[in-house]
Amino acid sequence: MKNNLLSRAVALLLPLLLLVSTAFAQATAAADQPEMADALRQSGKIYVVVLVIVIILSGLLLYLVRLDRKVSRLEREIEGR
Amino acid sequence: MKWWKYLAIVLLLYTAIAGLLGHVPRLAILNETERNLYFHVPMWFGMTIILGASVVNSVRYLRNPSPRLDILAHESAKTGILLGVLGLMTGSLWARYTWGTWWTTDVKLNGAAVTMLIYLAYLVLRGAVADEQQRARLSAIYNIFAFSAAIPLLFIMPRIASASLHPGMGGNPGFSKYDLDSAMRLVFYPAVIGWTLLGVWITEVACRLAFVKEKIYTKLDEKQLA
Repeated sequence: MKNNLLSRAVALLLPLLLLVSTAFAQATAAADQPEMADALRQSGKIYVVVLVIVIILSGLLLYLVRLDRKVSRLEREIEGR
Repeated sequence: MKWWKYLAIVLLLYTAIAGLLGHVPRLAILNETERNLYFHVPMWFGMTIILGASVVNSVRYLRNPSPRLDILAHESAKTGILLGVLGLMTGSLWARYTWGTWWTTDVKLNGAAVTMLIYLAYLVLRGAVADEQQRARLSAIYNIFAFSAAIPLLFIMPRIASASLHPGMGGNPGFSKYDLDSAMRLVFYPAVIGWTLLGVWITEVACRLAFVKEKIYTKLDEKQLA
């Protein structure tokens, strides 16, 4: 069940990320252009933020999945009586 | 678990990753905050869709009253309000760092705030009526008023206003510039679908819990009568 969920998620997520990976490559800096978080990206630390958000989002989604299953169990129990 | 819940998980994780790492055009003042497009704007998309579902269920209730339709309308309205409040909070924060103020008397901002107040009154109204059928009927009628007030406040008045800071209307070149960016669209549309599905998911779980509660209470009532 868990493996099934994971493989389905990865199978869906990968093509989407590949689509934008071409866009990542375009990120080139120029001095006279508006300031963007280039330094943060070069030092690699933006990935820390991405990971933090992914962890928080995963936690919240996992909580919602568990809540969903608990309600399903409750529904089955009520049906049986 | 239904398929669209897996889709919601994937789209939200994709939004978080691609939304922060993907390409965005270089714009003055906005800078990296334009990535808020993937998080702030879908709140309003989701809110509108879910409040629309709420009013549809209210109309269905008035045509054919049942506790089930009342629960659907009520729980949808609650999720819609949650998304709207999050939209106001994120919008205010975004305004602080791009317009330099938490709030201005902008037609779009005030329209959104008034909409939230109208919907908070929906919850107040429900809380004030003890009788279940009366509460359901009154709040269904009020919900129609609330939705009919929300649409002009959010989508018509800002568009006919002569000036506004908020993108999506005349006088602001910012939005159209990055709205046309195809790399941002690739994240923005999945983000809208993902966040809306999350709102629908939360509503679904809340409704199912309310249905179970309803069932237990009717059973207890039957026992007491017997």
